[in-house]
Formats: sequence, structure tokens, C-alpha cells
Amino acid sequence: MCGIAGIIGLDAEYRPQRHSLQAMIQALHHRGPDGYGVLVDGPVGLAHARLSIIDLSSDGDQPMGNEDGSIQIVFNGEIFNYLELRAELLKAGHRFKSHSDTETIVHAYEEYGERFLDKLNGQFAFVLWDRPRRRVVLARDRVGIRPLYLARDGRRLLFASEIKSFVAADFPLRLNPRGLGQTFTFWSTVGEETSFEGVRALPAGHVMVIENGAERVSRYWDWQAAPKGAPAPVSYEAAATHVRELLIDSVRLQLRADVPVGAYLSGGLDSSAIVSLIKNYTDTPLRTFSVAFEDAEFDESSYQQAMVDYAGTDHTTIRCTRQDIGREFPRLVEHAETPVLRTAPVPLMLLSGLVRQSGYKVVLTGEGADEIFGGYDLFKEAKVRRFWARQPESRARAALLTRLYPYLKHSPVGNAAFAGNFYGQGLSEVNDPFYAHLPRWNTTRRLWNFLAPDVRASLQDWDPHADLRALLPDDFGNWNELGRDQYIEVQTLLSGYLLSSQGDRVAMANSIEGRFPFLDHRVIEYLNSLPARYKLRGLYEKAILRRAVHGLLPDAVLNRVKQPYRAPDSMSFFAGGKPLDYVAELLSPERVAASGYFDPQAVARLLEKCRQGRAIGFADNMAFVGILSTMLLDDKFVRSRRSGASTVPQTFPTTA
Amino acid sequence: MSTRSEVKSFILKNYLFTEDDAALADSDSLMQKGVVDSTGILELIMHVEDTYGIKVLDEEMVPQNLDSVTAISAFVERKRGK
Repeated sequence: MCGIAGIIGLDAEYRPQRHSLQAMIQALHHRGPDGYGVLVDGPVGLAHARLSIIDLSSDGDQPMGNEDGSIQIVFNGEIFNYLELRAELLKAGHRFKSHSDTETIVHAYEEYGERFLDKLNGQFAFVLWDRPRRRVVLARDRVGIRPLYLARDGRRLLFASEIKSFVAADFPLRLNPRGLGQTFTFWSTVGEETSFEGVRALPAGHVMVIENGAERVSRYWDWQAAPKGAPAPVSYEAAATHVRELLIDSVRLQLRADVPVGAYLSGGLDSSAIVSLIKNYTDTPLRTFSVAFEDAEFDESSYQQAMVDYAGTDHTTIRCTRQDIGREFPRLVEHAETPVLRTAPVPLMLLSGLVRQSGYKVVLTGEGADEIFGGYDLFKEAKVRRFWARQPESRARAALLTRLYPYLKHSPVGNAAFAGNFYGQGLSEVNDPFYAHLPRWNTTRRLWNFLAPDVRASLQDWDPHADLRALLPDDFGNWNELGRDQYIEVQTLLSGYLLSSQGDRVAMANSIEGRFPFLDHRVIEYLNSLPARYKLRGLYEKAILRRAVHGLLPDAVLNRVKQPYRAPDSMSFFAGGKPLDYVAELLSPERVAASGYFDPQAVARLLEKCRQGRAIGFADNMAFVGILSTMLLDDKFVRSRRSGASTVPQTFPTTA
Repeated sequence: MSTRSEVKSFILKNYLFTEDDAALADSDSLMQKGVVDSTGILELIMHVEDTYGIKVLDEEMVPQNLDSVTAISAFVERKRGK
């Protein structure tokens, strides 16, 4: 795991400057504290910051080349099937200089040509320079676990694992109103969009090839759900058995490392299943880590302890308070490089710090299970709303909604009549691809009310839903409904938020690599081939996962109703009836007006409502956290360049 | 201040974060217009209970009583008249 950065000249005469590359890679020091490497070869400059995990020797240093050095790569991530691939490539006559997984990518590219990505099982972002063909290949893993950003700057194309690297190459950053509009709808940007103008993301499952100064982007992999009404390819029991085998193999591959590997334990079904698979099917000593909360509403430590006792793991917990969240939030935003609508990534950033202190660099987590097995409440909610839409007059059907969200203190379905009214929105549009997500997006979009009038006006003729609609596969309308809802969830929340702001960024903030056995593409593809009823049985979520790990978990954990991971939101930013100092300054009417994104009066009223502790709903809390994080982003990446001073001290060097 | 204008002012300031009277019509559905979500209704109920010294019963927590400025002020007046 590492950080990568570089400069690609778009005409053959361009020569990247070594000091720019050095500055770019130094900005990513946190991603790879174990060593730097820089290579300039003609119009291409590659830089790498290393976190040593496989082949700890200097043979594993990057940039790394093939036998004669004509092909060079910088790579962030892991290729989990590198041993199998290496054996195959050795047989085909390739010679290896190291024992690293990096080198297998280079030889696989030589051996298999354009389809070499199909051979890789892993989480990766890499840039490969093929000198004989004057070709650059940039690729990102299937679900977007590792990041890769691009910025065109005159005759050069910059790339990096994190956007802060571009600042170091003197690329000026400004916030992108459409990026804000997307995040204030979907909770994340989608497709190529980012929160900064002129900065693009290479989307998950995509590859970009640059030849003769022209770029070609294509998708090499996508989710594909079973068609609606398709017969089951296999019985439920046989499928559950196969899921178990796939998960065992995925865990086994993902434990490959030349350093010790730990695991997160949230107390939920997913991470407990991973821990249990490690215990039962591998020789890896079990070392687990958890977050606990002071606030009982968010705390899951009793379930964590049940699992620790059951599996007998060597376990450490970090206790997170509101004060911790308020204090660490600016650091989170600096790593996430996007507005966030929840504070939930902060405790995970503190947790990765604990992992680092404990001498670990790698952790397995349960991330991705809710997406592939259909675990989210939103999927159940959509199922009830579709069932209800067949008989819109039925009160009994609408009343099923009250069975959702039992864990919330202020449940949106606590009152049946109002829940019906709210979730009844758009009931007639059951065929809309976004049917399941519209209630959530409409709530989130209330954030637009806070935008400054001219920002709102600039977004008036633009529909963020259309951006997302353009990304849907051609045969999407034929898929089963749960499969469609899962796809939308993955395109928005998984890649752009859970794996990024709450995944890669908060782990790499402390030089920790997260690994996600549920997101092995073989597991995803298999689950997608199964009928929806194997996953969501009635309103019983992740049915087939529970069946697959049956007998490996204590009953209390196995039968647990899903509780989403959450942390205290707006209440974390006040102490003794006053906003924290940086909050007061960033949300002051003068500062809000000067930055130009939001309406100062509306923000002042929201601040007061939160200060009084009257913001109990999702909408107000999302608005508060979203506005504050936008102002922090402006402070750290935009304003500090304008005025040379930011309110909250910088962690990273931002000048070359 | 009339009940209607007090209720409206509360909704404008607390859900729309504005004092612009034109932002909401008295007859607008608060749910359909996206002014409050169903958790927001809890805040609204607490507010009318605290401000008008009434108790909103479970069976009264229905859109007919609480989903617009007109409906809320009529409901509050009815309760206080009892």
C-alpha cells in the first residue's frame, strides 16, 4: 500500500521536472512512510511513496520495471492472486527480479495485452509506462478501493492517489459547485466528478490509455445483476455452501502479506463473519480492533465483547467521545478531500491510529457485505414501498414501514401516519431506476436550501440525477429490483464514501491498509447471479450470508438485526453551550459570506438550532456536517493558497 | 402574534432557515414540499406542546392535523378551545 503520483507530458517534447515529482510524492508521505522513488523517462515522470507489505526488501521498491526496464510501473494496492499469476507467468518464460506483487502486473501486461486486468484479483490503482509503444496505462480496481485522480494542466496531465499532491505541483484548487451539488444529493460525487474544479477521478473498474497525447477511457468490469424473474441457477442450500467456500478463499488470499494482519470488529454480522472465517480456516493469529462510543445510542461494545469471547481474539478497543470527534474532524476533511455529511469516518480514523500504534499495517474489515448481500434498511424500505405501491390505499401495507429502523432514538417511521406520508412520495414511479433512493436523496437535497443564491442559480438548469442515469448499464431496466437498488448504492455510497472518506482515507491517514474480503470480485459476481430472495428473504436481510456462516458465530451476533454504523453528529461541535473555536470562526457570517458557497443567515440559524441541541433529525445534522466540512475544505485547500493563512493548521506541506 | 403567524415563523426559521414569508404557502404540505421529514415532525410536536401548553395524543399525530401551517394552527386552536 502506497501513494502514487506523476506527470505525463501530452506532447513528446515535454519533460517533467524532478523537483515537482518529489514535492507531489512528499504530499503523500502518510500513504507510504517507508521510502520514496522517482523516475523520469522522456515525457513521463513517475513517483512512489512506499508502505512495505509484500517483499520488504529493496527489490520491492518502485517505480519497478520489466526485464529490460522498458516498461515501468507505480502501483498502490495489492494483487492478492500474485502467487498464482507469478507461477503462470514464469511458465510463460517471464523472469522476475523480486517477490513482490507489483512485478506480476508488469509481466501480465506484457503477456496478456489489453485484457490483463481481467487476470488481477486485487485492490489497486496503478500507472504503467510502456516506452516502446509510447503508451501510458492508468487503471483502477473493480469497485474503487484505491483512489486515482487526474488533472489536466496545459501540456501535462497530473495524476495522484490524493488531490493534495496537485497542490504541490502548483495546480490551483477551487471547489466545484457541481461536485457539491452531487455530494449534497447522493452523499458523494459520482463518475469522474470530484469536489474540485478541473480534477477528475478515474472511476472504479475503468482503464485509461494515453497514446500520442490522446486519451481513451473504457470500463473493463461492471456489476451485472440477474434479470427480473430469472430462474435460480442453483438451490438456496447449495448457494450458501458455495458462498462459504468463496469467502474462505477470499479471506485466505487477503491474508497474504509479509507483515502481520489484523481485523476490525464492529460487533455486527459482517466483521464477525470475517473474524470467524480467519479463526476457523486459517493459521493467522487473531488480533482484533474496535471502536466503542460513550453515547449508548451508537455503542455496540456488548456485541463486540460477545464475539471476542467466542473467538478468543487478542482484542483492543478505542473509546470515542464527542470531544474526540469535534477535535479530529478538521484532520478528517484534510484527508477525505471532499465534504462529508456524517462524522462517522472520524472514529475509524482514530481506530487506524490505534492499529498503527499496535504495530500493525494491514486490517481486514467487513465492508461491502451490505452492498452485495442486500443488508441496508433502504433495500427493505424499497421492498415495502414497492409492495405497497401495488395497493396504494392499503394501510396494512404502509404499516410494514414501522418495522424498519427499530434501533433509532428518533425513528423516521416511529409515527405510522407520517411515515406513510413521507415514504409514499413518488409511490406511482415504481419503475424509476432511483425509486428506492429518492426519499433519501430528497432529504439530503434540502442542503441545497443553504447554498448562496448565485451558487444555487448556477446549478438551476442542471440535474444531478441525469449524471447518474448516464452511468447506468444498457440493460439495467431488465434487472431484478434489489439488483438495481444495489447497483445505485454501489455507484454512490460505496465507492465515493464508504471506501474513500470512511475507508482508504481514514486508514491511510495512519498508514494502514484496509482489505475487504466481501469485495473479492468472484464473491460479487456470484452473489449477483443469485435471485434477490436469497439475499432479502421477506424483510430478513443478508439471509444467505447468515446461512453461509451458520455455526461459526454466537447466536446473538448471527441473528442480530442490522444496526448501521453511526457516530454523534452536530452535538460533537459544541462544548458548554458554545461552538468549538474553529467552528465559530468558519461558520461566522463574515467567513461564510467571504467564501461565497452558502447563505450566511441560513447557516447562522442552523448553527443556533444545533447549539441549542434542537437538531435531532437527519436533515439538520447532515446539513451542519456538510456545511462545516465544505468550509474546512475551503480553508485548507482554497483559502490558504489565496491568503497564505488557514484557520486550522495544515498537516501537509502544500508548496513545492 | 396569531397562532398562524407564530407557527409559520417557527417553520420558516427552523426548517427553511429563512424569514422570507414567500418561501412557504399556508396550505403547502410540509412533507410533500420536503420542508420536514418524518423526524422533523417530532420537533414540530414538541414545539406546539411547549408553546401552547397542549398535549398531542398519539391518535392526533396525523397529517390532517400537522401537515401544513393551516392544519397546525386550526388543530392548535381546536385543542386550546377545549
